[in-house]
Amino acid sequence: MAELTQESLSEERPKVAVGTPTVIVDDLHIMYKVYGAASEAEKGNAANALMRVLRRQGRPQMKEVHAVRGVSFVAHHGEAIGIIGRNGSGKSTLLRAIAGLLPPHKGAVYTNGQPSLLGVNAALMKELTGERNIVLGCYAMGMSPAEVREKYDDIVDFSGIGEFVQFPMSTYSSGMGARLRFAISSAKTHDVLLIDEALATGDRDFKRKSQDRIMEMRESAGTVFLVAHNLDVIEETCNRVIWLHKGKIKMEGDPQEVLEAYNKA
Amino acid sequence: MSQPESAVADAQAGGRAPESLAALAERYGLRRAIARPSLPAYLRQLWDRRHFILTYATSRNVSKYSESALGQLWQVLTPLLNAAVYWLMFGVILAQSKRIENYPAFLITGVMVFTFTQRTVTGGAKSISANLSLIRALHFPRAALPLAYAIQELQLLGWSMGVLIVLVLVTGEPITWLWLLIPVSLLMQMVFNIGVSLFMARIGAFVRDMNQLLPFILRTWLYASGVFYSINDKTRNLPDLLRWALEFNPAAAYIEFMRDLLIYQRFPERWAWTTCLFWAVFALIIGFWYFWRAEERYGRG
Repeated sequence: MAELTQESLSEERPKVAVGTPTVIVDDLHIMYKVYGAASEAEKGNAANALMRVLRRQGRPQMKEVHAVRGVSFVAHHGEAIGIIGRNGSGKSTLLRAIAGLLPPHKGAVYTNGQPSLLGVNAALMKELTGERNIVLGCYAMGMSPAEVREKYDDIVDFSGIGEFVQFPMSTYSSGMGARLRFAISSAKTHDVLLIDEALATGDRDFKRKSQDRIMEMRESAGTVFLVAHNLDVIEETCNRVIWLHKGKIKMEGDPQEVLEAYNKA
Repeated sequence: MSQPESAVADAQAGGRAPESLAALAERYGLRRAIARPSLPAYLRQLWDRRHFILTYATSRNVSKYSESALGQLWQVLTPLLNAAVYWLMFGVILAQSKRIENYPAFLITGVMVFTFTQRTVTGGAKSISANLSLIRALHFPRAALPLAYAIQELQLLGWSMGVLIVLVLVTGEPITWLWLLIPVSLLMQMVFNIGVSLFMARIGAFVRDMNQLLPFILRTWLYASGVFYSINDKTRNLPDLLRWALEFNPAAAYIEFMRDLLIYQRFPERWAWTTCLFWAVFALIIGFWYFWRAEERYGRG
């Protein structure tokens, strides 16, 4: 952090109004346990399990993963922050920690209001019609019945699934499903919005549309965090980029500079 | 698209006299993302989510039978078949029926009432561990899940009660004013079920083997609850303390309460009322408190 502020201090100060801090991540460490992942010889059969119990070995191969190792930054009102990095660099873990869904091992996350992950997929049921899923998803995000009625048509329009809304979601093509899910999850306004790879689906038109929606949300929401593998999306949507590498911030700042460095690496 | 806001932001944050991030957070009134709400706040949050709880329960019921050809008809067929199996086993083959008057009604009342508790508790124990992805994606008071499972079972119970009432009438019992007390009995049982399933939800979330063990515990409970036999008959010769313990069994209390209303046509004794009410209140308070204590830990680790 110190290094970063030094860097930015030396730059000229452009005259743009800056919002107040909305998310402060202070020397955050996240560790979590992974069960399973046993070696070939220990893999689950009853005899092996019994031997383990007799030998008092406990669970097979419980591993601790140190996914985020000391990340600090301050996010402000009006920022859209892209988080980039290779697979397993801790991007999604960081998002979950900001959302308050993973407890810090060390350090802390301070937020203003409740940051929310964009995505209601887990609440939806594929056997149900799109119609029911819209209502269910909206309630799951904490809307009131009045809000649901108000947003319902918007959601159907935005998803562009038309009369398929009467059919079970299991009959949808993967693109349609993704569009409906995005439409539902983006129907609510958030103070701090966290988006994990949500833009990677759908056809070109829909990508365009969803990017516009993200822009809109960025204006109404205080702060947007975006994790995506598609760097174009990051470049177009974000005004600040954090590059995570093995759980640490490798570089942070202006999208063009960071992305350039990232592409060279 | 390069906007220089972030540079300014960092410059501002760093430009002041060195200030720790924690102090900065305090100055702007930011709070730690993970904290358990107080009990009253938690209850308010839960009340705010009542639409989600109801919709989630209904949706689960709708989706549950949507794959089968007979669809929602299974909501009626399942209790009917259950009653038929037990009647065949204990009424015909094991011939308990000679000692108990109107044994089919006696048995089916017991089965239906016990099944209500059994299914709610089983569902509650799974409600957290089976919804980890939901818990890891969205914020809501986690007690919404065991509650939704309990309400789902209540909706199914509506059908079972319909079947039960028809069967009781078919076996020749009359309709009386006492039937007005059926909702009261079910309400007390429902409250008890919610309490137990909240309690079991926390255990099921952290003790991964609980879902394997629970069926055995519930079956033992079933046999101890006088579903197939009359507890009064069996306990007559037992020592007082043991008899008292068996009769204080909540499942037995709710079953006997319902039998009083449907079959014996008598107003439940004060002892029955006390037991049923006590268990409802006790289970709800303990279960809710116990569940709430671990609120911030569900779905983690």
